[in-house]
Amino acid sequence: MSAATAKLKTFDEALAAFDPALGLEVHVELSTNTKMFCGCPTEFGAEPNTQVCPTCLGLPGAMPVVNGKAVEAAIRIGLALNCEIAEWCRFARKNYFYPDMPKNFQTSQYDEPIAFEGYMDVTIEGDDGEPEIFRVEIERAHMEEDTGKSLHVGGATGRIHGADYSLVDYNRAGIPLIEIVTKPITGAGAKAPAVARAYVAQLRDLIVALGVSDARMDQGSIRADVNLSLAPKGAEKLGTRTETKNVNSLRSVERAVRYEIQRHAAILTDGGSILQETRHWHEDTGVTTSGREKSDAEDYRYFPEPDLVPVAPSREWVEELRGTLPENPTVKRARLQADWGFTDLEMRDTIGAGAFGLVEQTVAEGCAPQAARKWWLGEMARRSNESGVEISELGITPAQVAKIQALVDAKTINDKLARQVIEGVLAGEGSPEEVVEKRGLAVVSDDGALSAAVDKAIEANPDVADKIRDGKVAAAGALIGAVMKEMRGQADAGRVRELIIEKLS
Amino acid sequence: MTDWTRKTADELAQALAAGEVTSVELTQAHLDRIAAVDGNADAGIHAFLHVDAEGALAQAKASDERRAAGTPASYLDGVPIAVKDVLATEGVPTTVASKILEGWIPPYDATVVKKLKEAGLPILGKTNMDEFAMGSSTEHSAYGPTRNPWDQTRIPGGSGGGSAAAVAAFEAPLALGTDTGGSIRQPAAVTGSVGVKPTYGGVSRYGLVAMANSLDQVGPVTRTVLDSALLHELIGGHDPLDSTSIDAPVPAFADAARQGAAGDLSGLKVGVIRELQGEGYQPGVQARFDESLDLLRAAGAEVVEVSCPNFVHALATYYLVMPCEASSNLAKFDAMRYGLRVTPDGDPSAEDVMRASRDAGFGDEVKRRIIIGTYALSSGYYDAYYGQAQKVRTLITQDFEAAFAQVDVLVSPTSPTTAFKLGEKLDDPIAMYLNDLATIPANLAGVPGISLPNGLADEDDLPSGFQILAPATEDVRLYRVGAALEAALEKNWGGPLLDRAPELEGVSA
Repeated sequence: MSAATAKLKTFDEALAAFDPALGLEVHVELSTNTKMFCGCPTEFGAEPNTQVCPTCLGLPGAMPVVNGKAVEAAIRIGLALNCEIAEWCRFARKNYFYPDMPKNFQTSQYDEPIAFEGYMDVTIEGDDGEPEIFRVEIERAHMEEDTGKSLHVGGATGRIHGADYSLVDYNRAGIPLIEIVTKPITGAGAKAPAVARAYVAQLRDLIVALGVSDARMDQGSIRADVNLSLAPKGAEKLGTRTETKNVNSLRSVERAVRYEIQRHAAILTDGGSILQETRHWHEDTGVTTSGREKSDAEDYRYFPEPDLVPVAPSREWVEELRGTLPENPTVKRARLQADWGFTDLEMRDTIGAGAFGLVEQTVAEGCAPQAARKWWLGEMARRSNESGVEISELGITPAQVAKIQALVDAKTINDKLARQVIEGVLAGEGSPEEVVEKRGLAVVSDDGALSAAVDKAIEANPDVADKIRDGKVAAAGALIGAVMKEMRGQADAGRVRELIIEKLS
Repeated sequence: MTDWTRKTADELAQALAAGEVTSVELTQAHLDRIAAVDGNADAGIHAFLHVDAEGALAQAKASDERRAAGTPASYLDGVPIAVKDVLATEGVPTTVASKILEGWIPPYDATVVKKLKEAGLPILGKTNMDEFAMGSSTEHSAYGPTRNPWDQTRIPGGSGGGSAAAVAAFEAPLALGTDTGGSIRQPAAVTGSVGVKPTYGGVSRYGLVAMANSLDQVGPVTRTVLDSALLHELIGGHDPLDSTSIDAPVPAFADAARQGAAGDLSGLKVGVIRELQGEGYQPGVQARFDESLDLLRAAGAEVVEVSCPNFVHALATYYLVMPCEASSNLAKFDAMRYGLRVTPDGDPSAEDVMRASRDAGFGDEVKRRIIIGTYALSSGYYDAYYGQAQKVRTLITQDFEAAFAQVDVLVSPTSPTTAFKLGEKLDDPIAMYLNDLATIPANLAGVPGISLPNGLADEDDLPSGFQILAPATEDVRLYRVGAALEAALEKNWGGPLLDRAPELEGVSA
């Protein structure tokens, strides 16, 4: 690793001499109930080889049948990316060997994709800190099937080299994929890493909004391949590209682009040339390493899949599907930011924390926007960071957060108690109300109980009491703290203050 | 005592319905006949690769119980059948006559097999074929050739030689074949039986181990036109598991055959394909064909000659499209998950195992076609070969459309010659391929065709076949015209042609 990094150019040096061109290929695993070409279920994490049939196992004689729901999802994705939708298209066989591909050909689309010629406007931070729109052109979005998964047993690394044997799980084989391919993205310059990240992030948001995929990068339901090439500044021709496979987080997308820019620049400056190859991204060390050499002339021997009839979506259907598209995420963000009264910074932080949708749903449950933001970006973000669990996977729902805030608003609990309620909900103790009940967390505002505690605090702190009697009301804080301590945080602080002042004036 | 193996399927169905015989008796009679004449790779007909006596008798018993209860599952319930080994049969070995699938027992049934079971037909076993259906003689079977019941030194046709020979040798009253370039019709022609290639999509291909998906079609092999119609009705229809299958009701094929048997063809226009007769055709085959045309005229049909100029390119087109699709289909046989696995000595990689297994598992003809197909699909050659072949395919389809605008059916000899000698063309693939000259255009265009026996050639006293082709989805015409010609021919002969087939007693090894 050190040898590789030692040669890197700094990012600024690289950009002074070269123009980067990006290309992104994003695979989206659709969350249809059944597979692309058969009726097998698609549940994630099932026992190996329990969701298989003759078709997805590629047994002799078995035949594929297209999943209409997958075609529908593909069309909706295409429309959301401003693509043309093919009036007539076919599946093709892509013939190549892959150890966990049952048929030794993949049923995919080749020269006739279902969607083509679209674009997505991505928002990045401009030089002046203001949002800047960058248009990414989409070459195509096509349908295909996923492969199975290999498990290499016996080696130290989990890789095939050194393993005693390999096991194959075909549960994933045949799950519908949509591959979205951009045209070469040029002109981004030093912002190329940010554009790459923003594109994948916005694409993910779009997929979520469409409801067509779980869109979990950590589970591989969205996978990005990053193509990158450098050309000398001002040159018209694109340089030789490398393809970094299966980058599986937004941060990694950005880092991989940055790393490849620096690596290419070092080689080119040295007078070397870039080898056209696939590369692997290493999350832990932040570098890419060589995969296999890949030439443009790789021979997949494509030909139309004779077992499937062409897909010819009627224009009426396409228009009907256009009507089901969610609001454009960019437009929606602007609208909600205005509704919620968030500053740009608050909005960026919310999106950055992956909490945009959660805040939206919490507000929809009746919570004030700032309160919703406070909970998700405060308490929940902290817990997410500590546990390494995605904020959306913590186990507390927007409705529960809204309920907790409602209890705060009703003065049943205060913010401190609310944190204990959250803890209870996450520990599976039931609804927020049930946690309040079971843990006895309700604020005490009963004058009888509070009065006794106040008297005790005054007695224990005579000098503070004197100050208040002298008119230094600000000193009441110390007495309130003492009361709170006495009542284990469950006192109504406002009422305590009133009682103190009543008693000492 | 009645010899139940000499009856047609229709006669057997009537006997079952009348309570004259049980399905167990019928099935046992055919199993006995198989035991007596089928032999093995070295002697006998060798129509079967696997006989499932136990399974067939169990199905027969269940059929008899349905009859006794008055609830037969179909008209043919209880009539036994043989199935080409290219169709997946749950729990019963399916090898496609290849070493690479030796011992493979599918966990599922092909849709047509499922339909046979649902209709109550006991399945006698799996019939021999050219390996992966590649060939015209059944000599390319990895398990040894099938022999022609008319002359055991001759081929039974291919690739469905086993199914045709089983029917012609009275081992089964009915059989299923598959026809990619003539593999039902040509074997039927050279064994004196009836074979039908339905309209593409008319019968489900689910569970048919594909050779060339855009050409393959499952169909009946029988002794009479009516029997084919009965079986076709049973296996036809839409299958949600095969998206290329036609979503329309199955026409009344048997009614068409029964009406046709009355012999009246007045108003029918028959087109003789100029390019598929005359030069290159064995004189005896041509003579029987010409006589059959006279019988059609006598039945009231008008016979005219039509030209299909692009048919001369059919063979070349077929021998590009077929290997291209086959090369892709056969990639799945990698010795990793099922079938044969050969592990070389030393420390072999997965690729080494695959290479050794494929080398040992695939026969020469299969390897030849994989190589042709891989080459023709490869980058830089696709447009010159596969792309060009698809264009010619369109021209051939247009030839059919133009011809069918003038006539109701098209006719030709099914095969240019009678059965040739075993081994005669084994070293000359092109000579072998020429045998499918007349049958291939129908597969390229997806139209249906039938071959029925129209006599013995004078030179060698071997059967020749008469082919009738109809427009796509007009399979009913095959049955109507075929049954009329069959009736006229039988009047001349005094009975079915197969009655003249040689006896085969005691040939079993």
